[in-house]
Amino acid sequence: MSKFKFKKNAKTPEVSTASLPDIVFMLLFFFMTVTVMKDDTLKVANELPNASEIKKLEKKDRVITVYVGKPEQPFDVALGTEPKIQVNDRFVSLENFGLIILEEINKKPEHLRSFITVSLKVDKKATMGLISDVKQKLREINALKINYTTYEGDAFQNIIK
Amino acid sequence: MASREEAPKVNAGSMADIAFLLLIFFLVTTSIETDAGLDRMLPREGTEIPPPIPRRNIFPILINGNDELLVDGELTDLKDLREMTIAFLDNGGYGIEELGYCSYCKGERDVKSSDNPNKAIVSLMSNRETTYGTYITVQNELVAAYNALRNREAQRLFRTDFTALEALYSNSETSIADKKDLKAKIRKIQELYPMKLSEAERN
Repeated sequence: MSKFKFKKNAKTPEVSTASLPDIVFMLLFFFMTVTVMKDDTLKVANELPNASEIKKLEKKDRVITVYVGKPEQPFDVALGTEPKIQVNDRFVSLENFGLIILEEINKKPEHLRSFITVSLKVDKKATMGLISDVKQKLREINALKINYTTYEGDAFQNIIK
Repeated sequence: MASREEAPKVNAGSMADIAFLLLIFFLVTTSIETDAGLDRMLPREGTEIPPPIPRRNIFPILINGNDELLVDGELTDLKDLREMTIAFLDNGGYGIEELGYCSYCKGERDVKSSDNPNKAIVSLMSNRETTYGTYITVQNELVAAYNALRNREAQRLFRTDFTALEALYSNSETSIADKKDLKAKIRKIQELYPMKLSEAERN
């Protein structure tokens, strides 16, 4: 009588999948917490440049975001491929830009109005001409605090050969 | 008579599927947005006319329409810009007996370069055709130059980095009393190396 009997048709034991939901839930919670729902639907190309010496934008309620870039697919037919300005969900012409920003500032609660930062989210392929115009307009309405919003990374990656 | 039956178990096998469905939804909608960047104060309207500034106190940088960098009229590699800016700012050209002598500068003390960090002005000119990416790289290098000098002074005076002071100041968990102290320290360093960046557009 041998002590070690080999069972003839022993099946390979199945891997327990009972903990699969737990793993998936873990991932789910991770994505739920890091998700920031987009505030605006982007209508312009917006690949931000990289910079290393960045500072975090504190206090989201004091920030007005301005997007600059060339219009995306359905809009490029009517608007061409030159960079355009987008505030909230619409395209804004340079002439109206100052007024629109003033309007945005006035939507904020009164005690925050003097601490407004304008976050410029500009596509890295855009040209400086429009950016200078935008900055000039911002100076005219006295919204002087700006932030060139970028990704964190090596700034030398921005250079397009 | 019905005996005590065990409550029927709910089949949890499809739980994973439901979780997957949600997971995929969040995966698709997620866009990890950035909320950091380079802060800049624009000059007030109507302050363009500067008082006469001696040529030696200006560090002229021009980015032309082909994204080439010209420092002092000479074609320069972007990678050298940081060192050149530091050398210019930290020069401290005034002699030891002169008013405005820079005691903390560690530069060359070249009389042809800037007199004192608080007189040194970096003038950044860009063309309408300059690419934004290149412009940001230059801005980044200039900020890096200032940060390097400010960190050095903060290390000397407070044994900590200037950028660390700033991060601590903007942290919402820092108490108000600490913030006051930090603000004084930040001011002190900023006075040693004030950021004087003048921007203009040139066609």
